[in-house]
Amino acid sequence: MSDINAMPSTAVANNQDVEFWMKEDHHPANGTLLGFWIYLMSDCLIFACLFATYGVLGRSYAGGPTGAELFDLSLVAVNTSLLLLSSITYGLAVLEMQKNRRGTMMAWLVVTGLFGLGFLGIEMYEFAELIHRGAGPQRSAFLSSFFTLVGTHGLHVTFGIVWLITLLFQVGRFGLTPANKRRILCLSMFWHFLDVVWVGVFTFVYLMGVLP
Amino acid sequence: MNMPDAGKLIFGRLTLEAIPYHEPILVATFAGVLVIGAVLLGLITKHKLWGYLWNEWFTSIDHKKIGIMYMVFGVVMLLRGFADALMMRAQQAVAFNGNPGFLPPHHYDQIFTAHGVIMIFFVAMPLVTGLMNYIMPLQIGARDVAFPFLNNFSFWMTVAGGILVMVSLFIGEFAKTGWLAYPPLSGLEASPDVGVDYYIWSLQVAGVGTTLSGINLIATIVKMRAPGMSMMKMPIFTWTALCTNVLIVAAFPVLTAVLVLLSLDRYVGTNFFTNGMGGNPMMYVNLIWIWGHPEVYILILPVFGVFSEVVSTFSRKRLFGYASMVYATVVITVLSYLVWLHHFFTMGSGASVNSFFGITTMIISIPTGAKMFNWLFTMYRGRIQFEVPMLWTMGFMFTFVIGGMTGVMLAIPPADFLLHNSLFLVAHFHNVIIGGVIFGLFAGINYWFPKAFGYKLDPFWGKCSFWFWLVGFWLAFMPLYVLGFMGVTRRMNHFEDPSLQIWFQIAAFGAVLIALGIGAFLIQLWVSYKRREELRDVTGDPWHGRTLEWSTSSPPPAYNFAFTPIIHEADAWWDMKERNQTRRLEGYLPIHMPKNTSAGIYLAAFAFVVGFAMIWHMFLIAGLAFLGLLVTAIGHTFNYKRDFNIPADEVARTEAARTEELAAHV
Repeated sequence: MSDINAMPSTAVANNQDVEFWMKEDHHPANGTLLGFWIYLMSDCLIFACLFATYGVLGRSYAGGPTGAELFDLSLVAVNTSLLLLSSITYGLAVLEMQKNRRGTMMAWLVVTGLFGLGFLGIEMYEFAELIHRGAGPQRSAFLSSFFTLVGTHGLHVTFGIVWLITLLFQVGRFGLTPANKRRILCLSMFWHFLDVVWVGVFTFVYLMGVLP
Repeated sequence: MNMPDAGKLIFGRLTLEAIPYHEPILVATFAGVLVIGAVLLGLITKHKLWGYLWNEWFTSIDHKKIGIMYMVFGVVMLLRGFADALMMRAQQAVAFNGNPGFLPPHHYDQIFTAHGVIMIFFVAMPLVTGLMNYIMPLQIGARDVAFPFLNNFSFWMTVAGGILVMVSLFIGEFAKTGWLAYPPLSGLEASPDVGVDYYIWSLQVAGVGTTLSGINLIATIVKMRAPGMSMMKMPIFTWTALCTNVLIVAAFPVLTAVLVLLSLDRYVGTNFFTNGMGGNPMMYVNLIWIWGHPEVYILILPVFGVFSEVVSTFSRKRLFGYASMVYATVVITVLSYLVWLHHFFTMGSGASVNSFFGITTMIISIPTGAKMFNWLFTMYRGRIQFEVPMLWTMGFMFTFVIGGMTGVMLAIPPADFLLHNSLFLVAHFHNVIIGGVIFGLFAGINYWFPKAFGYKLDPFWGKCSFWFWLVGFWLAFMPLYVLGFMGVTRRMNHFEDPSLQIWFQIAAFGAVLIALGIGAFLIQLWVSYKRREELRDVTGDPWHGRTLEWSTSSPPPAYNFAFTPIIHEADAWWDMKERNQTRRLEGYLPIHMPKNTSAGIYLAAFAFVVGFAMIWHMFLIAGLAFLGLLVTAIGHTFNYKRDFNIPADEVARTEAARTEELAAHV
């Protein structure tokens, strides 16, 4: 009970050499990358819920078709390669960015976006095909959770592409400013994050889905 | 395309029938809202305040102003949520012996749903967020939050969600499902009308705001603390704010996801939570409580922080057991994810699962108990001053312990089988939310009001408010414990057994006392404003506080601190006072600050339109509004010049004015 001194006391010596106020400007570190990481983790939780839902409902076929009957693994393999390649090309773009080579960086970003569009195209073809065969999201809880999980990922890729186009425009117009570099890094994290999620989708939904 | 088709394309399922003009209660409410609204708008126009409000408040990215706007919003919504509570108490007090009461079941069901939704999402959440927004940056010696624009946007998203709930009063109806909207009741078959859609969209819109605000405040605490403030030197309120925002970021995405799944069931016809086609309604109940249980800790942790600050300030002592307080907060944060199943022991998960969750639930009472002892030991041999915030704190300690103990009773699965969904449960969670969160918010409001406005709140009306609330709470909820033991279930519109009526009448009387408590609080605000010259505090430190927010003027200047403080002790401002540290009065530098922007309010307006249009199946308008949202958001990213400098001589002038004021009042 040594701290019951009611008011500021003179017990502590008056040390003049201790500084209490900064003389120069205080620049806290920029929080954007940390903030974006935290956002990604919150997004990751959305995917976690969708994976969990798929985990619970993924075998509730309601007498309808099963994954083994529906999934075309070769198509999914092409799709997966497109997305993984797009991550590599995005990485190359970031390397170019660090060397301040705007032209080549933008070229790699365009390639990344094209891979992303290819991925989305194949996914939409797959969805259309399934719905055409009567295996739409209303057919069973399995298909509801399948379409929602894969579709949510696709929606994220779509937003990534919209963002990519916006950024290409901004870099083209304003150059590789610190703000634009930060944005490119944020989108880079987003893009790789979607890749990681897709690896989960590929393994958990498609590969394990075709098991008997 | 013929006319009905065109109408359907634009208006969806919205027709004039949606306006409940045949319900006298709603018509009277609507008339009241119209009159009050017209008077308010008239007054603002008459005093030419629109420009001021828009430029200084609505588009402001100053964390202090956003904090105050959150508080105002929360208090306004409290009035709505409490009106619902009074109506329920009145209904249950009279609906006996064949008397149907004044609320038909479909109206009563909407009221208890709206009461829960509003009180949690649009009262407690904004009030807690508002306090964190205002106080936390000041406590860590920062000049704003990490993402000031996002802060403004988050606020307006919360408001947009709140407006959606309010609109449901007068256009269509609200959900009749209870505040968590369990399927299959909330599914399309059982609830085909717009009520559940209002529920979904208001929470989705507000939820975006809450999540972003959580990210923002975490980044602020992690990145923007003043030099020298290591984690274990952070004020306890900042610690609890950190843990709360971690919980927000880790819990709200689950709510978003589960509500998306429910919307898909309702809009697309998927089968997540349906009874047929392989759907599983219990999936919803699990997911929503994985959000819902952390949610209650999101609300209570910051007010634990408030109590810690208040207790040490008004006991004139350093907080007892700072480190154990931090550990207890972190342990509660983690454990809050391991208990969700105790909300539905009766689901039938089996003895082992129920035991696991029963035990984890009981374990939570250990860190919470540690906190309680820390507060008690802080008071022990302190020089306690019975100011209003301290009264709220002691009322809390007394009340919350009872709520905690009934919580431990409910954590015992066999007991829960008897008490599940009874009024005992209703009494328990009101016991902890009113006795904890609400009391803490009032403690915080009374404690920090002089910081925000430069004058103290009137203590007489503050004490009136406190005693009405305290006595009112006990009278309103102790009878519910009794009724719960008798097996009375919640959400009943009327009763057959006349012997129960007396308990409901006592409860209704308690609710009236609480109403007086709220009234006294509003009078307190008014009287304090009138007497502001007498209650004025020019020191910036009216309570002899210990943390950094008291080192600056009241209200603080836009830049908070002319010089960033350097921290040596946990109670940084106390430390400065002990070492006779005076303000630095020369060498001012220009201060870099973010600029106001109206983008947040436009984005939230678009989000509101998207929500409203989706509720009424106006898909064309919803699509257009979403496009508007997207374009505005992208457009905002083209704004690269978001900062400006407050010139050094302006800082010097502001600080000189303060020096004069301080000198005049020694």
